[in-house]
Amino acid sequence: MNLTLLILLPLLTAVLILLAKGLQQIRVIGLTGAVAQLGLAGWLLKSFLAERAAGNNAAHLFESNQTWFKALNINYHIGIDGISLAMILLTSVIVVAGILVSWTMDKLSKEYFFLLVLLSMGAYGFFISLDLFTLFFFLEVAVIPKFLLIGIWGSGDKTKSAMKLALMLMAGSALVMVGLFGVYYNTHTFDIVQITQQGIPVGVQKFFFPFAFVGFGIFAALFPFHTWVPDGHASAPTAASMFLAGISMKLGGYGCLRIASLMPDAAHAYSWIIILLATIAIIYGAFATMMQTDLKYINAYSSISHCGFVILGIGMLNKTSINGAVIQMVSHGLMTALFFAAIGMIYSRTHTRIVAQLGGLLKAMPFISTVFVIAGLCSLGLPGFSGFVAEMTVFMGSWQNPDGAYRLATILSGASIVVTAVYILRATGRAIMGPISDEHALLADATWNEKLAAVLLIVGILIIGLAPFLINHLIMPSTDAIMAQMEKVNLLK
Amino acid sequence: MSNYLYILWIPLLPLATFVILGLFGRKYLSGIAGILGTASLLTSTILSFVAAKQYFFVDGKVNGIFQKIVALKYTWLEFSPNVSIDLGIIVDPISVMMLVVVTSVSLMVHVFSLGYMKGEERFATYYAFLSLFTFSMLGLILSANIFQVYMFWELVGVSSFLLISYYFNKPSAVAASKKAFIVTRFADLGFLIGILILGFYGGTLDIGLLIERFTSIHSTQFLSITSASFLGASMLTWGLTLVFIGGAGKSAMFPLHIWLPDAMEGPTPVSALIHAATMVVAGVYLVARLFPVFSMDETALTIVTYVGASSALFAAVIACTQTDIKRVLAYSTMSQIGYMMFALGISKNGGENGLGYMASMFHLFTHAFFKSLLFLGAGSVIHMVHSNEMKDMGGLRKLMPVTHVAFLIACLAIAGIPPFAGFFSKEEILTAAFHENKIVYGIALFTAALTSFYMFRLYFNIFWSKEATVAAHAHDAHTSHDDHSDHGEGPWVMKLPLIILAACAVGVGFVPFSQLVTSDGAALETHVDVVFSIAPVVLSVLAILLAASFYKNKNEKSDKVASAFGGFYTAAYKKFYVDEVYIFITKKIIFPFIGQPIAWADRNIVDGFMLLLAKTTAKISESIKGLQSGKVQNYALYFFGGVAVLSILFIYIWK
Repeated sequence: MNLTLLILLPLLTAVLILLAKGLQQIRVIGLTGAVAQLGLAGWLLKSFLAERAAGNNAAHLFESNQTWFKALNINYHIGIDGISLAMILLTSVIVVAGILVSWTMDKLSKEYFFLLVLLSMGAYGFFISLDLFTLFFFLEVAVIPKFLLIGIWGSGDKTKSAMKLALMLMAGSALVMVGLFGVYYNTHTFDIVQITQQGIPVGVQKFFFPFAFVGFGIFAALFPFHTWVPDGHASAPTAASMFLAGISMKLGGYGCLRIASLMPDAAHAYSWIIILLATIAIIYGAFATMMQTDLKYINAYSSISHCGFVILGIGMLNKTSINGAVIQMVSHGLMTALFFAAIGMIYSRTHTRIVAQLGGLLKAMPFISTVFVIAGLCSLGLPGFSGFVAEMTVFMGSWQNPDGAYRLATILSGASIVVTAVYILRATGRAIMGPISDEHALLADATWNEKLAAVLLIVGILIIGLAPFLINHLIMPSTDAIMAQMEKVNLLK
Repeated sequence: MSNYLYILWIPLLPLATFVILGLFGRKYLSGIAGILGTASLLTSTILSFVAAKQYFFVDGKVNGIFQKIVALKYTWLEFSPNVSIDLGIIVDPISVMMLVVVTSVSLMVHVFSLGYMKGEERFATYYAFLSLFTFSMLGLILSANIFQVYMFWELVGVSSFLLISYYFNKPSAVAASKKAFIVTRFADLGFLIGILILGFYGGTLDIGLLIERFTSIHSTQFLSITSASFLGASMLTWGLTLVFIGGAGKSAMFPLHIWLPDAMEGPTPVSALIHAATMVVAGVYLVARLFPVFSMDETALTIVTYVGASSALFAAVIACTQTDIKRVLAYSTMSQIGYMMFALGISKNGGENGLGYMASMFHLFTHAFFKSLLFLGAGSVIHMVHSNEMKDMGGLRKLMPVTHVAFLIACLAIAGIPPFAGFFSKEEILTAAFHENKIVYGIALFTAALTSFYMFRLYFNIFWSKEATVAAHAHDAHTSHDDHSDHGEGPWVMKLPLIILAACAVGVGFVPFSQLVTSDGAALETHVDVVFSIAPVVLSVLAILLAASFYKNKNEKSDKVASAFGGFYTAAYKKFYVDEVYIFITKKIIFPFIGQPIAWADRNIVDGFMLLLAKTTAKISESIKGLQSGKVQNYALYFFGGVAVLSILFIYIWK
């Protein structure tokens, strides 16, 4: 299995989109490409599990290593473990759903679909990289399309939002770059596997860890660098919002996790700060969400709160909590994409996202409303949906740490489930339930493409929610490996 | 040990119904949704009775002790090798007893709804939600893992939410459903943290293992949880109290009860099922499930006792003043659950001293039947008069003979008049209270008298009081109903459940409960002590007579008494202003002092700082961009200037 296919396929799709004529051709090519990505990801999963079942317990499977730039020791080194595979699966699902909800995008459709596919290519490249420079390269590939997607197809104060997002993420990239180069100058390699084996001097770790972690943290809405999230999501067109929350923010979480495992001593030393910021993000994000009036802002702020769980899980630095963080990344990606899809469907019909101007939509659009309610229930952590599995795993992991302050952080984060219930039910009660206005009473329900997109995401949510042992089976050996590595390095010092 | 795996079908059938009706009901199965749901539940009910017969009378008992059998255990979510959420099925006296209660009551409600909900637009959705609830409740009672309890606990919560907001275009129903969910969610946070504490020190989430470890005083787990303390209480006390908070939320114990009266916005059969017989007793069930652990901690049990006793009294007082018949029943439910709670609180584990435990479960059992009967009877009345208010009723005994008799039986049962079911269970509770705690006994006795009074106030106001006038205005939730059934009692599907439940309200008191369900599985010898019974029964009868003199014929007496109580009456009528306290805290404190400042700070301070960074960068670049002007003369000037400065520095300073 050649992982480079994951990059070549979107590239090919993107080129074909450029050559295509008319919306019909473009979207068919886009969808075909996206479905092929999904198929490829599925096939990858099958081969991965087959290898594991055959007893191949290497940390990374399907590795391939080619020299890219010899003078600086930069290699195109790729390979996946269970965690990156989970992220790849997530990305492929989001891409299909995103293309489906953009089915009627007739403004500059060629450029629009091109950018979406390009973004997915960056994400795949990022998740398969085992070389820090390659990783950074693909991170940048994934940033630029977002700026254009918001700036050109956005709504509201889109220029400002696009600038804010791009500048903050660029600042994040710059910090990541400082961190990675710091590592490079002390280890003389960008190779993650090699660095993990030889270890990084503690002093270097302590100096460069904050740069890299905060840099990735900006992508993952780390408090207080989250302010691009509300504006960026709110201004972005539906599919771009889905990609932002479902894919981009995951680049950050995944990056944070890799950085923590590369520099375990620094991660331990700074874990209290990470936990503090995560706890603030969770609680603060939840309360801020409660006061929002625009559906997209509600979902964007709730993302800050939910992504806090990813950071919290990583900061707690134990196997269960990190497992939880990974599940939360996947879960949040699917759930938020679903939420944005539902909001997009509502907005395209009612032309408003202000909760107070909506009401009783269940009567006119039962399908869309049900999707909205499902996304909401997943968000508030109802058992049966992925959010429950993820949050409970993070809680269980966090609680393992007997330190009183960590306990307090867990309890405070736990308290957010109450606030989440409040804002989800307020929005649902007002927009979906209650009396419907006359002008909304005759609006049409979801079309086939919207239904398909929603069903795809819901199936993903349900697979994790109903059979969490499946995803656990996939990622647990990898978290085990990471933890073992982190402990080994500790013993060396 | 025989195989109880077939019990799995009992929850799975309603789940299948939910999935089928949820996916296809609205479009294709609207006509047969009710029949489908009822048929599948009938099968579950039969299986429950088969299981009960097998367990209680064939092979559940080994050496005179009823065994705890884990019929299924499947690792669902592994946190670490020892700690995982296992989906399992536990078969023991209380779970089997609850199986019978939940399936029977649910079946009655399914049948009743065939008539009551007929013609509703979202008929299939209604049955889908009803099935979802039944599935979740059954999953909850069969749980062998404490986290599994929590999962189904949340699921019953959401089913309750969906059913309360069934009339979703009514703002009051939506508000009530939100309130129910959020208040119980708040309590569930306690439950969750309690689970974390117990799981951490116990090293497992399996209920059987937790009980085993925390009840042997020499186990390392017991020693570690009792030696760790926080704010002066041991972690065992904390864990159990937090778990109990979860239970108190679901069981509407003071001060977490505020959602229950509002939950009456849901369709009445739903209230009968969820808010009378099943979900609201989940808290009692939870404490009973963990009772061996609770019995190791005096403090936690004392909290259970006094929360239960005060809720029993508090709710009974309010019930005397309410005029909405469903709200009276809601407060009555709260009061009776308080009874069950304090009965657990005063109990010990095992032997003679475990009487309270047995009595609590017995009362749970009998209460389920007569309280669901009261609600279905009320539903029948509401279906006819299209109002929840007592003032719109009166003299209905002639128009609704079946409902009238059934309702009367239920009232006698709840009032504890022999030989109706409530008498037996209440006697056991009073006996246990008398032996263990005189204060609680006093409260219980007074509450019993109040119960008889308000129940018969309700009864006389509905069925006597004045001549029948059928008010036609649609005041109730039941707005979208056809008026084909305005006259007479409704179809047989609505009468049949009333008759069956009335038979139960008479008969279930004679079930030899103390032989079957006890704290340690061994049979407990109890007998009705005639002398002891005199006081409560006489009090009840007097209260009934008082209610009769006030309400049997319309007169001014009750108003006079009410005004004699003055401020106290008003306070009780206003439910002692607990709702107002909650509203004050949320609307006047949390929203303006936490939510708004955070939302404001995010836009203005945090984001403002980021903007400031951007602006400063722009400003700096603006001010230094002159350096890159492209003018060679300037560059030459800077160059020579620089050289001059450096020369001076090198020559005179760094020499």
